[in-house]
Order: sequence, then structure tokens, then C-alpha cells
Amino acid sequence: MATKEKKRQPGWKEMPIGGVNPEAGSAMKYNSGTWRTFKPIWSEDKCIQCYMCWIHCPDSSILIKDGKVAGIDYDHCKGCGLCMSVCPPKVQAIKMEKEEK
Amino acid sequence: MSKKVLALTGNDAGAYAMKQINPDVVAAYPITPQTSLMEKFAQYVADGVIDTEMVLVESEHSAMSACVGASCAGARVITATSSQGLALMWEVCYIAASYRLPIVMPVVNRALSGPINIHCDHSDAMGARDSGWIQLWAENVQEIYDNMIQAVRIAEDQDVFLPVMVNYDGFIISNAVENITVYADEDVKKFIGEHKSRYTLLDSKNPVTFGTFDLTDYYFEHRRQEAEGMRNAVRVIPKVAKEFTKVFGREYGLLEGYKLSDAEVAIVALGSTAGTVRAAVDLLRAKNIKAGILKIRVFRPFPEEEILSSLKHLKAIAVLDRADALNAIGGPLYNEIRATLYNKSSIPVVNYIYGLGGRDIGIDDINHVYSDALEIAKTGKIKEKVTYLGVRE
Repeated sequence: MATKEKKRQPGWKEMPIGGVNPEAGSAMKYNSGTWRTFKPIWSEDKCIQCYMCWIHCPDSSILIKDGKVAGIDYDHCKGCGLCMSVCPPKVQAIKMEKEEK
Repeated sequence: MSKKVLALTGNDAGAYAMKQINPDVVAAYPITPQTSLMEKFAQYVADGVIDTEMVLVESEHSAMSACVGASCAGARVITATSSQGLALMWEVCYIAASYRLPIVMPVVNRALSGPINIHCDHSDAMGARDSGWIQLWAENVQEIYDNMIQAVRIAEDQDVFLPVMVNYDGFIISNAVENITVYADEDVKKFIGEHKSRYTLLDSKNPVTFGTFDLTDYYFEHRRQEAEGMRNAVRVIPKVAKEFTKVFGREYGLLEGYKLSDAEVAIVALGSTAGTVRAAVDLLRAKNIKAGILKIRVFRPFPEEEILSSLKHLKAIAVLDRADALNAIGGPLYNEIRATLYNKSSIPVVNYIYGLGGRDIGIDDINHVYSDALEIAKTGKIKEKVTYLGVRE
């Protein structure tokens, strides 16, 4: 999960040189959810568990619990809307709403 | 340690050094006057003398991009270019330096278009002077060979980690034959040592990301680190030179003065012209005229302290630039020499822009510069701040 508190950022002597990020999977720590203009709203009642949204989400932001779609990781979802567009037309379990900031 | 003397052109000497370095990857594209360097090197690869992975690309932009990729993967990498080739590499040169990749690149100096020209001037390297690459400048064939060997050590020094250009004058040195001393393969191999990368993209157990998106929160710090690498190079280059002298005997520094310590007037120059100036100095000294020369071997980093202490006793200084900065105030070397002296001395400094597009410079031209400098030393008056030496009026 993304860290919420404002940390002191490292000075130039404390950072690896060359802009290298030596830590794998560190995107988890970066809250890209703040970039969102439109927010996907998932409806558990309508969802048929086809996993199309989970397959297509470029930010791995479709949460799965016990093998089932369980919601959206709003810390990392950038609001691209791919999930909404791949959700089958007859299902429409995901709607995009204007983000309230 | 064994040595032998070979008659080599500048490009052959560069290729010979590359053969001995035996880099893991060379990605290159041919361009005059670099072509015969790469031809020679490609022959070593084709003959199986060395095991370099030679990547033939479709442009210099691709050449430098392939070098960046290979260097990120942990390879020891060399390429070479000239003029338009360097200009086409330009954006990727900045990337190589900012990723702190120790790539070595002979730059066989040639005028930039236009109008199109294939002969020597320094506008190509001067166009890349702020790219974060270290710049060594060779006066003759021996220095090309020696600078290539030292360049590997400088680039890969852990306090530096910056790419290095080995500059030498197109045709004037690249295609002229000189007798030079070369060292045994195993001695060169021992001197440059094993290539050690900070990170490698091929290490799947320790994955890293190169080329991260670097916004307002980190970019400035990474640039500050790069600046520090360049500052450290001022100390590291003489350290490598000292070790080189210990092993191979020949002496190198950031600069090289000739008859400078007791001189009253001096010329500051880069590259092969330093040899012509040296000959002029000898003739003037025979007439008891106290002329000297300061040759700049290392233009990036700019060794300010060392330049200041070499020049501060003079009465007048003339700076020769084989490139015009087209800024209406003089050539690139002149401006930096003047900046070095500012606040620290009141020595008059003048600029001569010469040899653009390969226009020859001879001892008569140099004598003209020294006689102007002697006049300035006597009167303290500068008539012409920037002179175009050898241009037709």
C-alpha cells in the first residue's frame, strides 16, 4: 500500500547515481491514484466475475480476494477507464464518475 | 614490460588500442574521417583476433542507443564518430552521461555542416561540451593511443562513472602516419583491469530500473550527482595518468606547458595545432623571445585551478579556437580561459578563431599571433579582442 505520510526525501549524496532504481516492485510505494480525473465505480451486484477488467488493468489495480474481484485499488488506479470499456456491455458493472478532489 | 614501435595512422592507433582493450560491445556507424578506424577494428573482429560483439547499426543515433543499452547490461562499450555523426548522437550522449555509463568514444574531429565539409575543426566536440562527457584531446598519434587506454580507467573510476570522448584532429592526425610506441596486450589488459558495472540489467536476481521518470522531485539531485562526477574527474584524471606513467613511462596531466614557466606571452590551444605552436615557440626562443604554450589535454572537466596557476605569471595570452561559438563574443576555449582568469588576474586575453573547415594553420600564422601578443604585453592595449586568423578579407 502507498505510504500516506510525507517523508523527508533523500539528498543527492544519499541516492543511487545515474537515476537507477535498484528496488524491484517499488511502484507499489508510489501513489499514482492522485493523477485520476475519472474514478471507476465497481458494482459487486452486477459483476459476473469474468476477470476482463483484471486482465486489462495496466496498473494491477483490480483487487482480487479469495479468487474473486473484490474492488479497486484507488491508491494506484489512474482512472484510464479501460476496465469500464472491457466490462461486457450487457453487464456494465463499472461506471466512471468525475473525481471529487 | 615489453614495448614495440609501429608506424600507425591516428585511426590505426585508435583501432590498435581498441583491439587491446577488447571491449564487450562496439556499436558503430561509419563516417569520414572516423571510417578507417572502424574498418580496422571490424577487421580485428572479423579475423577473430578479439571477441567483441560488433553491432552494425543504421545511424549514429542507433549506435549510441545500442551502446547505452549494452552499457546498462554491464558491458564494456566503445563507439567512435565524427562531425554529423556526433550531432546525430547528441540527445543520446546526454542520456549516456546522465545514466553514468562509462562508454569510451574516439571523436575524430571534423567541421559540422554547413556548408558540408569533411575536414578538421572542433565544432563537433564543442557542440557536445555540455553533455556530461569527459573530453580528452590528443596532439598526435601517440597521445590517441595513450588517451584511449587511460580513458577506460577514467570512465570506469567509481568516483567518476562518466563517458569519455577521445578527441583528435580529423585527417591531420587521424590519417597521418607516425612511429608510436605500443605496449604488450597483456600489460594493457592488466592496466585497464576487469570491467565492473555498478548494476547490470542481466542480473535477474537483482533487478534494477534504468531510465526512470525523474520529475521535479528527483531530477535536480541526479544532475547534482553528475556535476560531482565531473568535479571528481579533475582529481581522477591525473591519478590515472600517474599510474599510466608508472607502468608505461609516458607522462600525462590535465594540461601540458611548453617553455611556459618563464614565458611572458603564451598561446593556449587544443589538438594538433599545439605541435605547430611548439615549433613556432622554438624559433622565437632562438631569438630570445619569451614565448610559451599551454596545451589543454582535458577540456571537460575544465581544470580551472591548474590553468590559473599555469597562466597567472604571463603578460598576455592568446587563445586559439578551432571552432566559433557564434555568440558574438569569441570561441569556446577563449571564453572559459577568460572566465578562469576573471577576478584572479588582469592579464589581457585575446582570441584567434582559426582553421575552420580544415583551413591550414602554419608557423607564419602562429608568429603573427605571438607578435600581436608581444605588442599587447608591451602596451597593455588590446586592438582586436577576437580575430579570424587566416580568413580572406
